[in-house]
Amino acid sequence: MQEMMVKRAVELLENGTVDRVLGWTTGEFAYDMTPAVFRSADDLKNGFVYNDFCAANLSKYLIKECVAGGKILVFLKPCDTYSFNQLIAEHRIKREMIYVIGIACEGKADIDKLKDMGIDGITGITAKDGVYTVATIYGDATVKATDAMAERCLSCKSKKHMAYDELIGEDGDVVADCGRFDMVEKLEAMTPDERYEFWRGELSRCIRCNACRNVCPACSCEKCIFDNPGSGVSQKAAVNSFEENMFHIIRAFHVAGRCTDCGECTRVCPQNIPLHLLNRKFIKDINAFWGEYQAGENPDAKPPLGRYEKGDREPGEFGGVQA
Amino acid sequence: MQRIGVFVCHCGTNIAATVDVKAVVEALSHEPGVVFATDYQYMCSESGQTLMREAIREHKLGGVVVCSCSPRMHEATFRKAAAKEGLNPYMVEIANIREQVSWIHKDIKEGTEKAIILGRAAIAKVHLNQPLQAGESPVTKRALVIGGGIAGIQTALDIAEAGFEVDIVEKEPTIGGKMAQIDKTFPTLDCAACILTPKMVDVAQHEKIKIFSYSEIESVKGFVGNFRVAIRRKARYVDEDKCTGCGICTEKCPQKKVPNEFNMGFDTRRAVYIPFAQAVPKVATIDANYCTMLKTGKCGVCAKFCGVGAIDYKQQDQIVEREYGAIVAATGFNPLKPTQYDELGYATCADVVTSLELERLMNAAGPTAGTLLRPSDKKHPHTIVFVQCVGSRCDAENEKGKPYCSKICCMYTAKHAMLIRDKYPDTEVYVFYIDVRTPGKNFDEFYRRAVEQYGVHYIKGQVGKVVEENGTLKVQASDLLSGEQLHIDADLVVLATAVEPDKSARGIATMLTASMDTNDFFTEAHAKLRPVESPTAGIFLSGVCQGPKDIPETVSQASAAAAKVIGLLAKDKLTCNPCVAQSDELLCNGCSSCERVCPYGAITYSDKEFRGPNRTTLIRRVASVNPAVCQGCGACTVACPSGAMDLKGFSNRQIMAEVDAICKM
Amino acid sequence: MQDVKEFRPTIVAFCCNWCSYAGADLAGSSRLGYPADVKIIRVPCSCRVNPLFILRAFQRGADGVIMAGCHPGDCHYTSGNYFARRRMTLLFSMLDYLGIERERTRVEWISAAEGAKFAKTMNEFVATVTALGENKRLEDLRCKK
Repeated sequence: MQEMMVKRAVELLENGTVDRVLGWTTGEFAYDMTPAVFRSADDLKNGFVYNDFCAANLSKYLIKECVAGGKILVFLKPCDTYSFNQLIAEHRIKREMIYVIGIACEGKADIDKLKDMGIDGITGITAKDGVYTVATIYGDATVKATDAMAERCLSCKSKKHMAYDELIGEDGDVVADCGRFDMVEKLEAMTPDERYEFWRGELSRCIRCNACRNVCPACSCEKCIFDNPGSGVSQKAAVNSFEENMFHIIRAFHVAGRCTDCGECTRVCPQNIPLHLLNRKFIKDINAFWGEYQAGENPDAKPPLGRYEKGDREPGEFGGVQA
Repeated sequence: MQRIGVFVCHCGTNIAATVDVKAVVEALSHEPGVVFATDYQYMCSESGQTLMREAIREHKLGGVVVCSCSPRMHEATFRKAAAKEGLNPYMVEIANIREQVSWIHKDIKEGTEKAIILGRAAIAKVHLNQPLQAGESPVTKRALVIGGGIAGIQTALDIAEAGFEVDIVEKEPTIGGKMAQIDKTFPTLDCAACILTPKMVDVAQHEKIKIFSYSEIESVKGFVGNFRVAIRRKARYVDEDKCTGCGICTEKCPQKKVPNEFNMGFDTRRAVYIPFAQAVPKVATIDANYCTMLKTGKCGVCAKFCGVGAIDYKQQDQIVEREYGAIVAATGFNPLKPTQYDELGYATCADVVTSLELERLMNAAGPTAGTLLRPSDKKHPHTIVFVQCVGSRCDAENEKGKPYCSKICCMYTAKHAMLIRDKYPDTEVYVFYIDVRTPGKNFDEFYRRAVEQYGVHYIKGQVGKVVEENGTLKVQASDLLSGEQLHIDADLVVLATAVEPDKSARGIATMLTASMDTNDFFTEAHAKLRPVESPTAGIFLSGVCQGPKDIPETVSQASAAAAKVIGLLAKDKLTCNPCVAQSDELLCNGCSSCERVCPYGAITYSDKEFRGPNRTTLIRRVASVNPAVCQGCGACTVACPSGAMDLKGFSNRQIMAEVDAICKM
Repeated sequence: MQDVKEFRPTIVAFCCNWCSYAGADLAGSSRLGYPADVKIIRVPCSCRVNPLFILRAFQRGADGVIMAGCHPGDCHYTSGNYFARRRMTLLFSMLDYLGIERERTRVEWISAAEGAKFAKTMNEFVATVTALGENKRLEDLRCKK
């Protein structure tokens, strides 16, 4: 796979279709795959990596690249293409400046799960027939892929690319019953007291590192209101439970109807807060209240908070299972 | 910090009886920034206002808080008084301590406490108030009327009579619209042409009115008072200025097989044609779909016979740009084509016709010269069945049709039935209806005459099936009152088809940024209080484009729209509401969220250059608000995730300051 | 013998200028009382109410927040309350999801002619919030005495 990608990228660089390539390279650790820009065939051959640790959604990085000009080749997994479309819809990136190669994805490995299995000293990973072979300094370890896969990938909503100029590998299908709302339903079924305890337990761990915001393709404001002293609500660090709640409620609200459920927020949270459960609640609500809507599916679709029906439900009529 | 003056009004005893005004003054005088605080019997009185003005002068006040009655009552009064003293009127805030305190709280201690809190909130807000200037924009003193039916004609005539220029843009070769096709009008039974055509002539002759016939709206830019509209004048291959309307070309044209749309396709016309004798402008038009010369390059008969050399086969579409202060949508309607109702046999039986088709069959200028003959064998029909509500009042989800009542069908069917019974007493006429709806002056009387005097058989029930057998239409229907199934052998069946907005209206609404309902009728600014205005400033509504209506209603609405237009054009300058949204370009992402929720189309985007790091230049898409169009609702401010959009006079900071002041216990 | 002070809630009511604020005026001129715990903030339209304002009120010590606007279909700006309705639907659902008492927030459509409804709504809301007691789940201790 990696070889095919590099080969094609080199071709497109050399025939002048693009002038740089957005992909992944090895970061501080072998499992820490970082987005990177490659400008030459040599760069690509030396640095480009694609494996089952390459989880980062590259679409957000296109905002910066589009400002810089030129033409960019980007590799997008199916879930990334939803973010890509959403950014197109919001005029944050320019379609004509981007050449998209869609790449198939079978789900990415979760390093924390591997480490919990006692696998250390990781130097690489390969996947075949649903089994990860993890190379370590102590030798290879094999694990069943679904045992070590990121949660978001286990409830993957789509293996189908929503946008691409060409594909490497086969395009998949939208997954009908992905079960991504199971946990939201479980929470909805709890009593308010239980829910309160659950969320305090999670959100109180927030250290306001802003990783969730910075990685989120929907959180791409020129200046976040939480960073803007003029907004009247700026905070550097959440100093108490209110501010922890406030930041996450407002963040979820700001991306409501725009969040494609790419799951990057939860992936990057150093405190392992299941932030996606906030976004998924809104997605589930939107589907239940105003009809199925998947952000990023169609860049021309009208977002749910940008339209209305006269017969919309009233606030306070709650959906879902209630205790 | 603002130097703030606080004025607490007694309102006689209205406030002072249940609020300790002295205590309010005392408490508020210690608030930050307050340099002067006093109470007075009646702040709104002349002497109260003088007191306020003197204090503004003496204490160099930069902000004023009046604790008094509702701002809906006297905000304007106090703002005006402040302005007279040179203080920006938007530096005045009201704390409502009458309606919200003294009149509803009987306990003096409680009332006084609440009055102080409301006063604090107002003070907190004033600290963040900015002087606002109401902007002005000029008004182009010309109106555009889109659509040349009776609605557009009446609106144009009224505006022109007031001395303003009006352009009518009509997509057909002539003005006149649907009314020109109608035979007689209810409830007076006078001839439609006799009352319409003189008005058409008035339009043609009016020095203030310009008609762009055979033309369409290409684009609309600008805002109230300052619209710029591109009009596409479709090539009619005849020079309008040269053509005298003599009609020789329409007699000589060898292409005789063109279905005549004016007569609903019951007869034919030539490829070069004038729609009807009284057409305005009376100018021929070549139908490019049928003209042999335009299609094959071989013919040229019309050019040969034209005495004034008006034929121009090389004519191209022309785009004309015009400026307007106001635009009136008068796009009208079409009757629904009932081909989708297989059971009614419209598509298969020649003798099942729509009501508008019947109008032509009964019209003296129609294809049968006014003698009622059925289309299939040109024989006089002896039994006629009318079917009401075809495509109207349908259950939107389960049936094919419109959910609304088309309003005019009950009356015109009564008219048809009456005219037929009057002219051909040997004809039996049946009307199948769901309900008969005849509110209106002399309308119910008219309907009762049809039943009582003319013996029309009204049957409450629905027609289930119409099939043709040997030249007879077998009509199966149910009589809901007797519960019987009826079988009628009819010679002619007439369907009262629903009114639907003209197909062009949707596109025009988009260009005008005027909103529409789900049925494609234009939405009014307020259903009850502003029925002829669109929510978009400077756009007005005339006729059926706003909802089904008959001719008298259309004409009154058309005149009402004209009155609104005249009121706008009579102004030299428009004063804008200064409490409008404003976009901070440095914060704007250009994401279009705000644009989607703006009901007025006040937000536009443009690419602008910004300073980037290291002396670079960045180009970003950013929103800007047209203050002449924005009405200040604030929908955009919440849609904007970055907080780039804010509302002057009700800014995020101001509202949060009020929240803080109220919650601070 | 009670030495504990009776709990009086702090209630913020966002009212649109055209309908609900006028409804409050009518309640006043009709002398239809409701508890002084309710404090009104005038906004041009319910669509001006940012979820931030509601959270801010809770932060600063409000025990209940109510938003009142024109009836759907009667918005002075034609569509503002429709957007407000969707936004509040989501916000309230999220607060509930986080275990915040759902009775602390409310939306009501009150026309300029409905002074009685305004008073009734406020009476009910104050009673509900009083029964709930102090807002503990969404409070900012720094903002309390």
